[in-house]
Amino acid sequence: MAALLWLIPLALSLGAVALTAFFWTVKTGQYEDTKGDATRILYSEDRPIVDEDDLG
Amino acid sequence: MAEITPDAGCPSGQSTAQDLARTETGDVVDERLFIPYVQTRSNGNFAVDLMISGAHCAGCMAKIEREISALPDVQVARMNLSTMRLNVGWRGTETTANSIVSRLDALGYGAKPFDMQLEPLSAKAELKSLLKAMAVAGAAMANIMVISVCVWAGFDMGEHTRQILHILSGIIALPAVAYAGQPFFRSAWGALKNKHTNMDVPISLAVLLACALSIYETIHGNPDTYFDAAVMLLFLLLIGRYLDTRLRLRTGESAQRLAAMQASNASLIGDDGSITTVPASLIKPGDLLLIAAGERVAVDGEIIKGRSAIDTSIANGETLPAPYGPGDTLYSGMINLGNPLHMKALAVAQDSFLSEISNLVEAGEQKKSKFVRIADRAARAYVPIVHSLAFLTFVGWLMAGGSLRTASLNAIAVLIITCPCALGLAVPAVQIVASGRLFKKGVLIKSGDALERLAKIDTIVFDKTGTLTLGQLKLTNASEIDADMLALAAQLARGSRHPIARAIADSAGDGPIADNLEDIAGEGLRAKLDGKIVRLGSASFVGAKAHDNIRDDVQVESWLKVGRAKPIRFVFKDVPRMDARDTIKALSAHGYTMELLSGDTADMTAQTARTLGLKNWTGNVSPRDKLAHLTALKSAGRFPLMVGDGINDAPALANATASASPASAADISRAAADIILQGDKLSGLVTALLTAKDAQKRVKENLSLAVLYNMIAVPLAISGHVNPMLAALAMSGSSILVTLNALRLARH
Repeated sequence: MAALLWLIPLALSLGAVALTAFFWTVKTGQYEDTKGDATRILYSEDRPIVDEDDLG
Repeated sequence: MAEITPDAGCPSGQSTAQDLARTETGDVVDERLFIPYVQTRSNGNFAVDLMISGAHCAGCMAKIEREISALPDVQVARMNLSTMRLNVGWRGTETTANSIVSRLDALGYGAKPFDMQLEPLSAKAELKSLLKAMAVAGAAMANIMVISVCVWAGFDMGEHTRQILHILSGIIALPAVAYAGQPFFRSAWGALKNKHTNMDVPISLAVLLACALSIYETIHGNPDTYFDAAVMLLFLLLIGRYLDTRLRLRTGESAQRLAAMQASNASLIGDDGSITTVPASLIKPGDLLLIAAGERVAVDGEIIKGRSAIDTSIANGETLPAPYGPGDTLYSGMINLGNPLHMKALAVAQDSFLSEISNLVEAGEQKKSKFVRIADRAARAYVPIVHSLAFLTFVGWLMAGGSLRTASLNAIAVLIITCPCALGLAVPAVQIVASGRLFKKGVLIKSGDALERLAKIDTIVFDKTGTLTLGQLKLTNASEIDADMLALAAQLARGSRHPIARAIADSAGDGPIADNLEDIAGEGLRAKLDGKIVRLGSASFVGAKAHDNIRDDVQVESWLKVGRAKPIRFVFKDVPRMDARDTIKALSAHGYTMELLSGDTADMTAQTARTLGLKNWTGNVSPRDKLAHLTALKSAGRFPLMVGDGINDAPALANATASASPASAADISRAAADIILQGDKLSGLVTALLTAKDAQKRVKENLSLAVLYNMIAVPLAISGHVNPMLAALAMSGSSILVTLNALRLARH
């Protein structure tokens, strides 16, 4: 039974974290163009992870 | 000139053609058109929102973003593919807007500035808060359910453990209800204050009572609480509320986009006589404007100088141009066919015709807003029944010797279980599916209740010019004219923006433009080709005489004279839309009564009615008569659908049971109409009417399902057999059933 004392608060705080994350996505307008965002990832241009100049 | 006819289904067609024509005349996309819309950011950078036309897919989006980001100074270019708006931010000077627009033009996309003040901020904020409320209710529901499962499973749980779990549920549920329930509490309170009831009254009551009862039971250590049911109720209802609000926002944005794409430019005459091109939306009353030949009037105004023939079909439905002179009023959307005019912009209030029209429209819209949606009608019948049932349960249990607690417990159970949860989803779910289906077919439905009104339609009243017809002249006697002569006429015609010239150019297709072309205002065109003087224009301009086959029947005509040869006659007519006949046939097959009401002459109206197979028609109808006719139809017990595009149709559109406009309609008509038909097609009307009927059928099915569920659940609740688990199962089960039934509509 003692496990409940810390498991339930832990579960609830995890839920709270997820909810906060969701609020953040709403606030930053991530649901305003679901159509565009869904496809944008497919068209994003690849850029070298390390700048070529730095390699020289 | 090949792009004069707007591409079907592409709202950009028209504006692109205009822009191209401007470019041809050397008047390249003017940066000043966009500057007024450029916003200055706090860090000194600039930003502008552009409506993009011609972009259809993610590929277009990627191309636009890549190319515009590559421009010097541009810091960010992000396109919203759902609203087709491109947001660009840059540093440096305001005039970069010009290079952005030219670059877009070079890429093959049209751009119009978007007025950020038109952004429906409050609707967007409402949608966001509903989404957050939904998330809170959902998260709380999931957590409470986990606890509830433990309580229901029970095993050898002690009383104290159970009480702790109930307290925990309460700690999660109460703040969640306080947050997520607000949309309902506010609406219910608003209705009660005005001595109405709506669906939110029983919802709020059920939620609040469930919470109050649960708190009481928790404190007294009793076995059952309804925290889970209260939160789940809110979650399911918020889904419906969110979908409904999103539908309204989306269609509102689409309608706004249509308006923005058709917004035109005006030539402003400065104090020093200089001419600047500015967006029509920035014109103030009193501004002096130049209306060039062939140009569409951008704002309402009074002619100061000049005389010309004006295509007035947008205002009164007449196909034939009328002579206008100083002192006459021009309305936006009219086309100047002849000489350049100077015009003073008018405020709406200054003009009796337009203010009368807007008063009539407003009156109609007020009447329409009194339309009670089917969900609210159901709620009005439902609320008293449910509340008396709960009251009777309470009294009944007391009289049967039950304790006060048992009596109130069962009465509250009745209220919770009858809470119109399925009812809240029954209607929006169907309407979302239906309007999504119509949107794909190019029909824009402005609201859910428009769909309900559309389902009741039994009579359809059409306007003629611009609705059943294209409102554009077409050459009708091409077969009588020599191909050589037509080609010759087209060489002249391609150099002019006059509607008649465009009709000839359209009919002849692509080809060369005459070099030394003279445009004699109000008369015609003249050029020297192969050593001969060629004239194209009015009968008097070419010197056509009575024996040259001049007829005095009503039609638009033009003459071509090559050298000294006999003039050749070109006849033009406003032709019906391609699918007008088929649409009318399909509608009559579905049992709709139809008639034609036109502001045009009786002859012209009769001719169109005959061609299209319409038996009932009336010509020479004033805007007031149109309105009176619709009112008469309504008081005869009919439900008329008005289909029209002109300013003269607006009062009738606003007063009809439901109304439709083509996308090319006048602003005031498009605003008054319930549905907008995009592209050059009328056939969307048939789809809209049938879908509305389907949707209404589905809504009624859903409501019956909700009633059926209540018929089973209510006796159980009255007799005291409902526990929280049963309430939760019944509510979610009925909601899922209703949603699935709505989704069947999408499969057609």
